[in-house]
Amino acid sequence: MTEESTDVLVVGSGFGGAIAAYHLAAGGARVVVLERGPWLSGRDFEHDFLLGSSYTRVFDFVAGDGMSVLGGNCVGGGSVVYFAALPRAPRFVFERQGSIGRRMWPAAIDRDTLDPWYDRIAEAMVVEQQTWDDVTYAGGLWAAACHHAGRTANPVPVGVDRDRCVNCNWMMAGCRFDAKRSLLFSYIPAAVAHGADIRPLHEVQRIARTDDGDYRVHYTHIDGEDYRIHTGAGTIDAKIVVLAAGAGATPVILKRSEEALGAMPHAVGRYFSGNGERLNTAVLNEDRVRDVLRLSRGGGLAYQANQVGKGPVVASWDRLDGSLPEYSRFSLEQLYFPPGLGTILAQAPGAADPAWFGPAKKEMLDRWKSWLIIFQMIEDDNEGVFGAPPPTGNAVRISQQMLGRGPLRYEPSPNTRRGWAEADAEVKDILERDGLAEVTAWTNDLVGAYTVHPLASCRIGDDPATSALDDRHELRGHPGIFVTDGSAVPGAITVNPALTIGALAERAIPGIVAAARERGVDAHYHAEVPVGVTSVSMAAPAMV
Amino acid sequence: MDADDVQVMTLEAFADTIIPGERRSPDDRAVAGAAPGPGAVQAGALDLLRTPATGIVAGLGPLADALNTHATTYASELGLKLDDGVPPFVSLDYERRAALVARLVAPGRPEKDGWVLLALFSYMAYDSAAHVHTADAIAAGHPGLLAIGFGRPDEDGLWRYREHSYRRALARPHPNTTSSGSPA
Repeated sequence: MTEESTDVLVVGSGFGGAIAAYHLAAGGARVVVLERGPWLSGRDFEHDFLLGSSYTRVFDFVAGDGMSVLGGNCVGGGSVVYFAALPRAPRFVFERQGSIGRRMWPAAIDRDTLDPWYDRIAEAMVVEQQTWDDVTYAGGLWAAACHHAGRTANPVPVGVDRDRCVNCNWMMAGCRFDAKRSLLFSYIPAAVAHGADIRPLHEVQRIARTDDGDYRVHYTHIDGEDYRIHTGAGTIDAKIVVLAAGAGATPVILKRSEEALGAMPHAVGRYFSGNGERLNTAVLNEDRVRDVLRLSRGGGLAYQANQVGKGPVVASWDRLDGSLPEYSRFSLEQLYFPPGLGTILAQAPGAADPAWFGPAKKEMLDRWKSWLIIFQMIEDDNEGVFGAPPPTGNAVRISQQMLGRGPLRYEPSPNTRRGWAEADAEVKDILERDGLAEVTAWTNDLVGAYTVHPLASCRIGDDPATSALDDRHELRGHPGIFVTDGSAVPGAITVNPALTIGALAERAIPGIVAAARERGVDAHYHAEVPVGVTSVSMAAPAMV
Repeated sequence: MDADDVQVMTLEAFADTIIPGERRSPDDRAVAGAAPGPGAVQAGALDLLRTPATGIVAGLGPLADALNTHATTYASELGLKLDDGVPPFVSLDYERRAALVARLVAPGRPEKDGWVLLALFSYMAYDSAAHVHTADAIAAGHPGLLAIGFGRPDEDGLWRYREHSYRRALARPHPNTTSSGSPA
C-alpha cells in the first residue's frame, strides 16, 4: 500500500498554520494543511443564533475544570471568529518571569527583536488605526468614562475594513460583509495560490514515526454537520510537521502521540495561560451617561447601544506600566459579547449569590441595551494543566457543534486572583464614578474562568524544564516538529495576542525552512508576506 | 401523570428557575410566577432542550429524574411536605427551587455539568432563541429577544447600523503609544 506523503504537514489553519503554509508553499515545499473545522466564507456567514448556523459551525466552546476555552473551528481558525483587535504586546511583557523565577521568553526575543516580525504580520493583515469616527458608541462611552476618571483611552489598532463594516456585531459568526480582515483574505488564499492543499473537516489525532524517520500524521474525517461523527480515517507522511491546532488542542495531540513518539517535554500540556482574561458587565444609568459624560446619540438617547459595533474598539492602557510589579499590569478593553454565552455569566448587581440567574438577573437582562462589557487582560500565572487526552480531538463533544468537555484543569493562583481583583476595582472606579453604572464581574463558579485567547500550553523558552520548544519553535527531543500557534507564546501578554502569535509564526519560518532543507526538501525562504489591500492603498495611485 | 408530563413539568420548572416568568394560566404549576413577563419557558426552553443538535436530548429524562430525587431529599431535609399531584421539584416554591439549583451548580459538585448545560440552554432559549432562525424569532415577537431589546434586522435578515459613533474624540490617548497605535 502506498502511503500519501508531503514535504510539510500543517495541523490547523489559524495564524500559526496559515502563515507556515503560505511561506513553505511559496518557498517551493509541498504543503498539506489539515483543518478539523469547515471552510466557510462570505455569504456562508450568517446572522443567526440558530444551532447549526455558521456561529456554531465555526466557533468552539470547550469547558474544562476551572477554565473554559473559546476559539475558532474552521479554515482561518481564530481569525474568522476573532474581533480583529491587533495591538502589539507592551515591552515589559517580554521581561516577565511568571512563576519560574527567570525570564519566561527566550533571550533571543524582546519587543525590539520582534518588532520587524510585527511589521510583517501587520502589513499582511492590514492593521490600521481607527479614528474617533470609527469608534462605536460602546467604545466612545468607555473612552468618555475613562477620561472622566482621569484616565487615558486608546482606539485599538484593528484589522477591519472600515468602509465595508456595518457595525453589526456578528463577528463571532464570521463576517458576512468581508470587512473583517481574517486570514481568509491574506495568508490562506496566498497559500492556496502557491499550491498548498488545505483540507477542511480533517481532525489530526496523533503523530507517529515512519520506518525511514519521517512523521506519519493520523487524522479522521469529521462529518460536516455533526462534529461528533467521524466518517473515515487516513494518514499522511511528512518530513516536517507544523502543529498549530491552537493552545487548547496542540498539547492534546502531542500527549496522544507519546506512545508512538516517546516522551514529550515536561512543558507539553503545562503552563497553559488564559491570557489573564475576565469580563465585567456594567449596566449604565442612561441619565447619568447624558448628564455626567454629556453623551448623546440624538433622538433622546444617551447610549443604549450595546448591540451596535464591531467588538472591541477602545482600550485603557494606563496600567500597562512596566514600572509596576508583575501581576498588577493589565489592559481594560470595551468588548461586545452576544447573548447566550455573553449573558449567562453576568451577575446581577446587588443580588445575593448566585447572582447569575433568577428574577434580579432577568431585570438586568431587561436593560441589556445599556450594558457595557469590559474585558480584562491581566498577567496570570500559567496555572493550566492538561489531563489525559480524550478519545478524539481535544474534547468530548456534547453538542453536534460548539460545545465540548475537555481535559484542561486551571486553578487560579493568588497572583492571578489579585490581578483580577485589582482590575475589577479599576473598572468599578471608572464606571461607578458619579453613578454612571453598576458593575459586576462574570462569575467563575459556573464554567470556571474562561478565555478567548488560550496560550502557552507548549511554549518557547530557553529552559528545557519549563519550555516545550526551543527559541526556533522546534519541539525539544522531536526534531522536525514545530509549533507555531498560541501555545508557543510563553505567557499572558496583557493585550489581544493575535498579532503576537502571527509575529512569532513569521519569525519561526526561516528556521522551519532550514529544517525542511536539511531533510532534503527543495525549499527556500520566500521572504515576502501576502500583499494586503486597504481602502487607502486602493485609492492611492499605483506606484511603479 | 405519565412520564412525559413529569419530564416536561420538571424541565419547565428548572428553566423557569433560571429565567423566571409569569404563569401561563392561573393553574400553571411548572412556572412559579416569580417575575413579571414571559420567562425561559414561554421563550421556548423545552423546544430548545429537545433539539437534537444540543446533544442533551438523551440526558433529559435522567436529569429530570435526578432533579426530582434531589428535590425529595431537599424537602425531607427541610421537613417540607410535597404535593403528590406534581413532580417533587415542581412542588417547591420558587425560592426553594432556586436554592436547590444553586446547590446543584456549586463549584465542585460531581454531577454539575448536566445542570450547567440545562441552565445554558434555558438561557439561550430566552436571550438568543437558538432553536429558531433569529430573524424569524424577532418577526414572531420572541419574548426574550423582545425583552432584552435585541434590534431588528434589515429586510434581508441582516443587521446593519449606519449610525454607530458619537463621532468625536472622547479621551486622550496614552502617552506611550507608538506610531502604529500599539502600547510602547
